[in-house]
Amino acid sequence: MSAFEPPPLADEVELAAPPALVPGAMAHSRPYVAAPAHNQALGFPGERVPDWERRAVEKLGELLERSRALRVFLDSCVKCGACADKCHFFIGTGDPNNMPVARQDLLRALYRRHFTVAGRMLGRHVGARDMDEALLQEWYTYFHQCTQCRRCSVFCPFGIDTAEISMAAREIMDAIGLGQKYSNEIIGKVHKIGNNLGLPEPALANTLEGLEEDVLEQSGAAVKFPLDVHGADVLLVTPSADFFAEPHVDGLIGYAKVFHQAGISWTLSSHASEAANFALFIGSYEQMHKIAQRIRQAAIDLGVKRIVFGECGHAWRVAYAFLNTLAGPWDFLDPAYPVPQHIVEVTHELIRRGGIVLDRDTNAGKTVTFHDSCNVARASRMGDAPGGQFVLPREVIKAAVPSFVDMHPDTTHDRTFCCGGGGGLLTDDLLELRIKGARPRMQALKEVVEQQGVTHMAAICAICKTQFAKVLPAYGFPMEMVVSLHQLVGQAIRLG
Amino acid sequence: MSAIAAILLVLATAMLAAGLAYRLALWLAAPVPLSIPTMPAPLTRGGAAMRVGREMLLFHSLFRADKPLWAASMAFHLGLALVLLRHLRYVVAVPPAWLVAIQPVGRLAGWMMMAGLLFLLARRLLVPRVRMVTRTGDVAVLVLLLAIGTSGLVTTYLLHTDILAVKAFLTSIWRAAPEGLPPDPTFLLHLLLAILLLAIVPFSKLLHAPGLVFSPTRNQPDGSRRYRRPARWARTLAGGGQ
Repeated sequence: MSAFEPPPLADEVELAAPPALVPGAMAHSRPYVAAPAHNQALGFPGERVPDWERRAVEKLGELLERSRALRVFLDSCVKCGACADKCHFFIGTGDPNNMPVARQDLLRALYRRHFTVAGRMLGRHVGARDMDEALLQEWYTYFHQCTQCRRCSVFCPFGIDTAEISMAAREIMDAIGLGQKYSNEIIGKVHKIGNNLGLPEPALANTLEGLEEDVLEQSGAAVKFPLDVHGADVLLVTPSADFFAEPHVDGLIGYAKVFHQAGISWTLSSHASEAANFALFIGSYEQMHKIAQRIRQAAIDLGVKRIVFGECGHAWRVAYAFLNTLAGPWDFLDPAYPVPQHIVEVTHELIRRGGIVLDRDTNAGKTVTFHDSCNVARASRMGDAPGGQFVLPREVIKAAVPSFVDMHPDTTHDRTFCCGGGGGLLTDDLLELRIKGARPRMQALKEVVEQQGVTHMAAICAICKTQFAKVLPAYGFPMEMVVSLHQLVGQAIRLG
Repeated sequence: MSAIAAILLVLATAMLAAGLAYRLALWLAAPVPLSIPTMPAPLTRGGAAMRVGREMLLFHSLFRADKPLWAASMAFHLGLALVLLRHLRYVVAVPPAWLVAIQPVGRLAGWMMMAGLLFLLARRLLVPRVRMVTRTGDVAVLVLLLAIGTSGLVTTYLLHTDILAVKAFLTSIWRAAPEGLPPDPTFLLHLLLAILLLAIVPFSKLLHAPGLVFSPTRNQPDGSRRYRRPARWARTLAGGGQ
């Protein structure tokens, strides 16, 4: 699968043209199944439970009682097909099961069969199906071909959000002992050690010391990367990829330089050394809650006044939209600041009031475009006004680089295309899918590269950055094209 | 004959009311445990209500998604709304001036509704990706609506029925012996199919109409950093912050 090469991008941008249907085109694409130990660490059955068909229906019933969204979404679809050609995986693969409506229908089939009068009476004529091995295998295959990016929900006349449906389906699969290895293994590591990488405190401390030395050598400034400092003002919670991956680590250096130059005391936490919350991907409120509690605990233990999140898309969704409910109230923090804040909000405010000064010339030769991360764009906000999540990052980039260009408007803001690696799919066993799913974004990038000389694409999500570093070369772009937003800031900031 | 029609009509209306009430009760019984509006979203409840209103009246998201589909959908729904409005004169004892005035508009709306429906049906059968997700039930609803529309237009333009008799019937269905229906087959078909439509609303995809109002991605304001919303079932979880 790693040898998969996508067909070349079109010369003309054809964003509007839906692909020809290729039934079964991605039927072979499935992520590795979790080992019993991975499932049990989260309290799920290790292996398929004996009466799994009945248990799946029962679990669906439980979820219906827990979520109005799920009920309303399962009841409301009219199969108008407005969503069909909006999914990057459908555009990239042509597999009809990757149309959001068809993906939803895989769960709706079981719902109709057991929870509606029409489904009980009319069966297949209204799309009802019994739970059996064939349906379960379709679930596992196609609910792991959804990055939960919510682009379809923007266009649905009823706001049906396929992310909610795929989360529910994954939750049901976990409940019957069919977990996905990538997500469940990682969530287990967070519970045990505190981050997705399984990086223990001494290794983290060591890494941060190394970064201090690097920055001192490169810039001559004694920029600190504090860990577990009691009484710091800011607790920075950032994706653990920021500690080692490229270009993520350059973003972390950027945050550190911003705090340093602004004179804000800050710290990382070894207990909450992870912003990511992969429990979102498997739809588990309980697991998401448990991971969020680490952040609350760290904030209490360290006695901080503010919580700031680093560049990570789904983490910012969980932080912005859920953290207050999952782990609040935050009445012990400084009420002068929203809880939590995004690092872009902090940097934007500092630039605005002159707390830091950026020098665009240090980024000479760069023409930068911006990839709106799906979870930031469609599931969160920055700043005070709706749409701030589009405005603030662009203003920060424009302050840091000499030239900024936006991609095609059908592919930015709330219409942004997913990178193709979100939602728990950023694993090598899904590489073919990831490359195909990146196609709409790559097509839009090609246009601005060829017509407006774009040299770099900035991202504010750890998953986007990893995904692009992997898939850019497949489409003939250098992997160094993707940069962290705060990498540009870190380059441009005047220290001292 | 009239008695049977009256019983069916009352029964269908009862099914509609009871079925909808049951469905809405199920929806309302389930909490929305997290903040999930599709962003950017309005910051206030009023703003969110406006957003739902824009979706209901203008089909705003559909407009962004697919212009021809939006036009056909608008033609059908707006047409249907005007036709229904026009039908008020069959139950209101003394039609007010505006109701009399919109009668020609209502007749035109009938054609608009049919044009929209025909486009929707053709699209459903001819566009491969839409056909792929189409089940018998999806076609059946369109055919039912087309049949209601056709029989209605036929009674309006070709085989006129005694509308005074219809009115007498509709305003007397609560009596033990409702007044006589005109025995025109086209009209009776029209009435029977309309009764069928009423009855299936709570059990079919026609639930999309109330569904829009209750859709959390559209009706929630964006205020999650200010407000907490733990659901009752979530409050029992171990850990701080509950």
